[in-house]
Amino acid sequence: MALSQQDIQHIARLARIRVTEAEAEAARGQLNSIFGLIEQMQAVDTKGVEPMAHALDVFQRLRADRVSESDQRDKFQAVAPAVENGLYLVPKVIE
Amino acid sequence: MKWETVIGLEVHTQLTTQSKIFSGSSTAFGAAPNTQASAVDIALPGVLPVLNKGAIERGIKFGLAIGATVNRVNVFDRKNYFYPDLPKGYQISQLAKPIVEHGALKIHVDGEEKTIRITRAHLEEDAGKSLHEDFHGMTGIDLNRAGTPLLEIVSEPDMRSAREAVAYAKALHNLVTWIGICDGNMQEGSFRVDANVSVRPLGQAEFGTRREIKNLNSFRFLEQAIDFEVRWQIEQIEDGHKIQQATVLFDPDTGETRMMRSKEEAHDYRYFPDPDLLPVKLDEALIEEMRAELPELPQQKEARYQQDYGLSAYDAGLLTQSLAQANYFEAALKALGADAAGAKLAANWMNGELASSLNKAELDFTQSPISPAALAGLLKRIADNTLSNKLAKEVFAAMWAGEGEADAIIEARGLKQMSDTGEIERIVDDVLAANQKSVEEFRAGKDKAFNALVGQVMKATKGKANPAQVNEILKRKLAG
Repeated sequence: MALSQQDIQHIARLARIRVTEAEAEAARGQLNSIFGLIEQMQAVDTKGVEPMAHALDVFQRLRADRVSESDQRDKFQAVAPAVENGLYLVPKVIE
Repeated sequence: MKWETVIGLEVHTQLTTQSKIFSGSSTAFGAAPNTQASAVDIALPGVLPVLNKGAIERGIKFGLAIGATVNRVNVFDRKNYFYPDLPKGYQISQLAKPIVEHGALKIHVDGEEKTIRITRAHLEEDAGKSLHEDFHGMTGIDLNRAGTPLLEIVSEPDMRSAREAVAYAKALHNLVTWIGICDGNMQEGSFRVDANVSVRPLGQAEFGTRREIKNLNSFRFLEQAIDFEVRWQIEQIEDGHKIQQATVLFDPDTGETRMMRSKEEAHDYRYFPDPDLLPVKLDEALIEEMRAELPELPQQKEARYQQDYGLSAYDAGLLTQSLAQANYFEAALKALGADAAGAKLAANWMNGELASSLNKAELDFTQSPISPAALAGLLKRIADNTLSNKLAKEVFAAMWAGEGEADAIIEARGLKQMSDTGEIERIVDDVLAANQKSVEEFRAGKDKAFNALVGQVMKATKGKANPAQVNEILKRKLAG
């Protein structure tokens, strides 16, 4: 499958990335070659092979349910662009 | 045309873990903003999630409690979207392999039992909170809630009315609090309901187009929102419009639902397995450990109360509405040393007088000013005929007001039911002598006159005579 300019713009919008037409065209070429690789892999016969959710064939280790973190708000907020009353401030998200 | 409503619910239950699902931050409610948000929760570069065993354990318990498949291997995925209270730009959730699938929950509506199928329940992290009050035209973000473990429980579209949806939500609320995986506090957002609602002409096989009502945090709002939405959808269709798939919000002030986003703006979440987390494998030992920790479940207790104590399905259903109620009932029975008759009496008083008093005072059974043992003390005096039902209510009111134990109140107020037959006979004789007119009327065939005589006797004994005994003595004397 080949991606259109429209597909590229849609993907860019979902990722909140602003791309110029020239950048989009370059990205289209790169993404299409990745899709080519995927098509090549999909041609391999995987009948009888259990799908994997992770490249490593091991399972997740679990952590005991204990509180181990302490309050480090001041350190984190020292590098935040805008804070007030302990809150991070961001551009207004609803009208 | 006759319309049929179709409803499916998605319920987000906050799990009762001490720490978050992927970090060691506290989940305690009400802390100062961002003081319980660690580097993982605020998504600083380079951090990695570490899965909380407590969240997995609660998921297993829920699956076992609804007779579902607990997936021995389950997988966490990334659900991608942008919002300032989601610092990573994705929520870690479970899509293709959730921890729980294919369960069911029984509900009762108008005496009818119905089974609601539960499609799936998956673990995920909660987002933070956006505060839209005015911060110089900006939005304030509190990430304390970010990373709090949730179990999202998704039903099949098996409900056919708002009342069924409420019955299901209540049964689910009872179950998750009963098995201790969720505190059920709806004001604090520990139990949030989304309702998928559609309508179709009665008899049509295909579903209509659904709209999803988001974030209902009370059973009353759930019922109101669905009722409004159903009326609105039917009106739209009857006016010749088509329903567009959409997400809507319920406004409790107006009682109306309004559009939040349409399908065109619907998210494209681009789920994929989270490479930061390996698949989770549940070993049988852990599952058996969780099974052993499960208490007797509401439906098991309900069946046992009917079988062992001969209670009606209605009474047994009420007593198992919450763990607090069932515990109260069992404690009262123990204090009463009761048989089936005692159990029936306890059930009547709990579901009647006590439940309505608690309800009025907005208390639950754990907060009852009358302890199970104290109620048993009252029930003993009813069972041994010391108290008539009327006097028992008076004693109950005094106990509720904090005047002490039943026996002390009976003694102090001289409320003992008169059981001395000789004394009642003497009073009956006095009443008959003083009310010759009623006696003659009765003998002339006027039944009403008899009731007037009973009333006079009860008045003379200040309500302390046993009415059945008075009836019997009066009848005997009038016949003689």
